[in-house]
Amino acid sequence: MSDINQAGSAEEHQAPGALVEWEQRVAGYGGEPPFVEEPEYGSPIVLALKDAAIAAGIAAALFLFFIGFRTDINLGGLELTTRWQAFGISIVAVFVGRLAFRMLFWGSRQKGGRSLATRAIESRKGTPLSEHFARHSGKVGAFALAAAIVYPIVILWAFPLKDKQFIDLGILVLTYIMLGWGLNIVVGLAGLLDLGYVAFYAVGAYSFALFAQYFDVGFWFALPVAGLLAACWGIILGFPVLRLRGDYLAIVTLAFGEIIRIVLLNWYTFTGGPDGISGIPDPTFFGLAFARGDDNLPGLLGLKYDSAYKQAYFFYIILLLAMITNFVTMRLRKLPLGRAWEALREDEIACRSLGINTTNTKLTAFAIGAMFGGFAGSFFATRQGFISPESFTFMESALILAIVVLGGLGSQMGVVIASIVMIGGFELFRDLAEYRMLIFGLLMVIIMVWRPRGLIATRDPSAILKQRQSISADMVAQGEGH
Amino acid sequence: MAIARERRRGIVKRTMEYFVQQLINGVTLGSIYGLIAIGYTMVYGIIGMINFAHGDIFMVGSFIALTVFMIMLALGVTALPLILLIVLIVAMIFTSAWGWTVERIAYRPLRGSFRLAPLITAIGMSIVLQNFVQLTQGARVKPLPPQIQGGITLMQGNTDTGAIVVQLSYMQIIIIATTVVLMAAFSTLIAKTELGRAQRACEQDAKMASLLGVNVDRTISLTFVMGAALAAVAGVMFLLYYGVIDFYIGFVAGVKAFTAAVLGGIGSLPGAMLGGLAIGLIETFWSGYFSVEYKDVAAFSILAITLIFLPSGLLGKPEVEKV
Repeated sequence: MSDINQAGSAEEHQAPGALVEWEQRVAGYGGEPPFVEEPEYGSPIVLALKDAAIAAGIAAALFLFFIGFRTDINLGGLELTTRWQAFGISIVAVFVGRLAFRMLFWGSRQKGGRSLATRAIESRKGTPLSEHFARHSGKVGAFALAAAIVYPIVILWAFPLKDKQFIDLGILVLTYIMLGWGLNIVVGLAGLLDLGYVAFYAVGAYSFALFAQYFDVGFWFALPVAGLLAACWGIILGFPVLRLRGDYLAIVTLAFGEIIRIVLLNWYTFTGGPDGISGIPDPTFFGLAFARGDDNLPGLLGLKYDSAYKQAYFFYIILLLAMITNFVTMRLRKLPLGRAWEALREDEIACRSLGINTTNTKLTAFAIGAMFGGFAGSFFATRQGFISPESFTFMESALILAIVVLGGLGSQMGVVIASIVMIGGFELFRDLAEYRMLIFGLLMVIIMVWRPRGLIATRDPSAILKQRQSISADMVAQGEGH
Repeated sequence: MAIARERRRGIVKRTMEYFVQQLINGVTLGSIYGLIAIGYTMVYGIIGMINFAHGDIFMVGSFIALTVFMIMLALGVTALPLILLIVLIVAMIFTSAWGWTVERIAYRPLRGSFRLAPLITAIGMSIVLQNFVQLTQGARVKPLPPQIQGGITLMQGNTDTGAIVVQLSYMQIIIIATTVVLMAAFSTLIAKTELGRAQRACEQDAKMASLLGVNVDRTISLTFVMGAALAAVAGVMFLLYYGVIDFYIGFVAGVKAFTAAVLGGIGSLPGAMLGGLAIGLIETFWSGYFSVEYKDVAAFSILAITLIFLPSGLLGKPEVEKV
């Protein structure tokens, strides 16, 4: 359907004769099918002004009751105030913005109308950026890893005053990279849409926190246990949803995430409910702690105590965990199991008829994805030292899914780039505290509209015949939740 | 003292009157969920996407209603039915504008793209709407004093600890009646009018519909407009019934309504209404007889259990797998 509509608009910038032809064609159909949008007549500037005026009119309707009026709680009930100035400014801003947008981008927007095949070929050639990534993905990855390894050292040396803040940001980005890679197994490789991934993150975090509280165990012991428990929950969730497809699967996983959160919130005697759990121990380095005193690690190394060292240690732990996630995923893709995941994503019926056990394939995807979520959760608990159900809302799941999709489903490098852009960008706007989430949401929409297939538009093939080629993202099924 | 109250509660819970009262409350809540769920199910039916921002459209609707209400009071209009009518109409029109704009900005450019792309823009739009309202109207809850009071006493029973009254309030009558009328009007619209026919055609095969002269883009836009208008009605009802709104109500109501739509079988209009009623009743009865804290767990668990046995929901058509 889009092809037909776009065919109509594509005629617009052909010779004037095309318009006549278009009219004749419509007349030929008796004014009826197929439906084609009537092209706009008139000079570009008048059209642009008209368009901007319409946009401003709509903006006026939208903003009237939100910017024009405001209700506030006051003594004796609600009070109504008006803000006509702000209302006027917002409308003018929309008018100018739309005009500028149309002047700048209109030409390129009208080039649509290409078929899926042409687009696939075109994006196989790729834009310079994604082609670059496709050809040098190994080198880019190695460079990124090297950069990550030296990052804390450079920060400690170059920004001694703001070191904690910067390293903290690095830890945050790496945590999301790890979560994104974990979810990528479920959504990107196996094609199962999971909207409740945060549940496993929560299971991992609470496993460690509760173990530490009740049995007084350390991080390195609790880490594998937390991963195992999360994997078990992955299987528990996996079983009932095996028969579900697409959006039914999505809502059940979302419901699962909410159930876990509500139980954590209300089981006061065990989890502390909304008060959460505090005093979660820090990880040690072969039995040595990052604390004050000569018996501890900085003291033994003869360094002056600085809490930034502990931050750097956290950074390397999450870097290690993330790299393990990446390594395991890359190796799994080459195993029969990983190929079964990708085959399942492409066509479930074909898989079944070729003798792949879809039950086991789906369950392993859920379990392994959940396990990495559990590891990340465990790390989150030890880094924060305090956890509460508030950290595990649906918004978190949505953010992780957004990172995976924005990066380009199934692309490991895409997750890295999307995490840096989204989380780093989010921190960049820290000064605009109130507007930060608004900008964040808009950014999500804009990136997705700009690159619907994600920032990285090519995929590495899991099997190679003779010659290495990159595949366009258009040729790959995209976790549509079979 | 506390034990006596607990005991009295236990006795009250066993009466018929308590059950009927819960039933009435459940149907009221279910009607609100059902109205929102229709928006989800229609959009899903026609373009196969989860419109995550729909819950926030509902929230926008209730905020517009609140502001219009305040303007009416400031203008000195006193006739309550007139105020309600104007609030309802204005909220429907302006919320529809929001629904249309969201579709135009975030979903139309991605038409024909893969299915997760609009899901992500929908989540983005949901964040945008919530934060826009928070920014422009403040984060604090907005109370509206009850406007419609009183009701009809249906039953009156006596227990050995005191009397128990079953009341059907006028507000509940208005909510249930509005929902029934809108459902009837809506079903007629889908079944009889040209627009409904175009919608059903697009649902079956958008490309073929466009070849046969249906303006697919316009039809989809109108679907969003209709869904938003119904969400606005739900928003007005929510505002009047509960009397408290904030910028976050859309998320919770949206998830519930989406659950309702899936439970009823996504894509099916009667299914959405049935699912809404089911979720409303489950929640109310669970809070009434067991615990308020776990009412959502009950609703979600019943959803999961239903889907295990009926993978396409209560009234959904099973998807035919073609090779």
